[in-house]
Amino acid sequence: MQRQVALIKQSLFDQGYLDEQFMELEELQDDANPNFVEEVSTLYFKDSARLINNIDQALERGSFDFNRLDSYMHQFKGSSTSIGANKVKAECTKFREYCRAGNAEGCLRTFQQLKKEHSTLRKKLEHYFQLARQAGPKETARRPK
Amino acid sequence: MIHTCTLLSLSLSFFIVYVFCLILFSFFLLELLDIAKEMNSSGDSCSSSLMEVAYDDDHHEEIHVLAVDDNLIDRKLVERLLKISSCKVTTAENALRALEYLGLGDQNQHIDALTTNNDLKVNLIITDYCMPGMTGFELLKKVKQESSYLKEVPVVIMSSENIPTRINKCLASGAQMFMQKPLKLSDVEKLKCQLMNCRS
Repeated sequence: MQRQVALIKQSLFDQGYLDEQFMELEELQDDANPNFVEEVSTLYFKDSARLINNIDQALERGSFDFNRLDSYMHQFKGSSTSIGANKVKAECTKFREYCRAGNAEGCLRTFQQLKKEHSTLRKKLEHYFQLARQAGPKETARRPK
Repeated sequence: MIHTCTLLSLSLSFFIVYVFCLILFSFFLLELLDIAKEMNSSGDSCSSSLMEVAYDDDHHEEIHVLAVDDNLIDRKLVERLLKISSCKVTTAENALRALEYLGLGDQNQHIDALTTNNDLKVNLIITDYCMPGMTGFELLKKVKQESSYLKEVPVVIMSSENIPTRINKCLASGAQMFMQKPLKLSDVEKLKCQLMNCRS
């Protein structure tokens, strides 16, 4: 079971969904805080869902306030970077570039892609954490050497 | 015979005086060293306020950090990093809240109790640069403008963006350090080392 968990995690890295920052977070777990990464992850998806909602509403209004959009995306990118959400972070960067270029169509396109990546990552991480919890805390609390 | 006695007693007296002088001299030396130590520590760029840390249950010195960041995830992350490094942590979601906590908020809301209680005295401020309303840079300047102990509290600025002019501006305005986000455990350990070395 634990091997399966390890394999899943490795594939998330290999496929570029997660980067080294995720490993940094795992280093912060200990026996007293064995679920820190899952807690932060849950917080991230809750917080970013709110941001996605705000951006959706802003885009639906049709009036492209690029400053405001960029400001939302700055937050989004920050959180995504802190959790190691590699692909989501990349989409955030693209979105901001389009904002700065005043390219509304680029923003819209990128945002769709961003939502897709975000949703994919959420599912994969939820699956990973569920398995990890079933496998037992000890093995997954530490970064594999 | 008398000669020898006199000689002996003379030698003895000299010896006693000699030992007495030695003791006096040692005390004098120790005093000098103490004074030198005091002068050294007050001439340091790090604050004497760092000396006034609280003690936890095991009588280990605890650095009390005020962490300011508008990003929820980053706040949680920096809090965890600091707690692992055995710091006591208070978080604030923006600069205004931070100022209120430090007792520098709106005069109507001035809360003396927070700054006079030694347990809540802040030894270090870590703040994000980009925040809505007041930036971390403006917070830094406000703290450094103070005439109280707060002026000496080290302020560390964090940012996700690596902009040299921004970094230089912060350091020139008295920031202790500039750290790139996302913060790693090694960053916090390095910072703690720097602060501890200043104190010893």
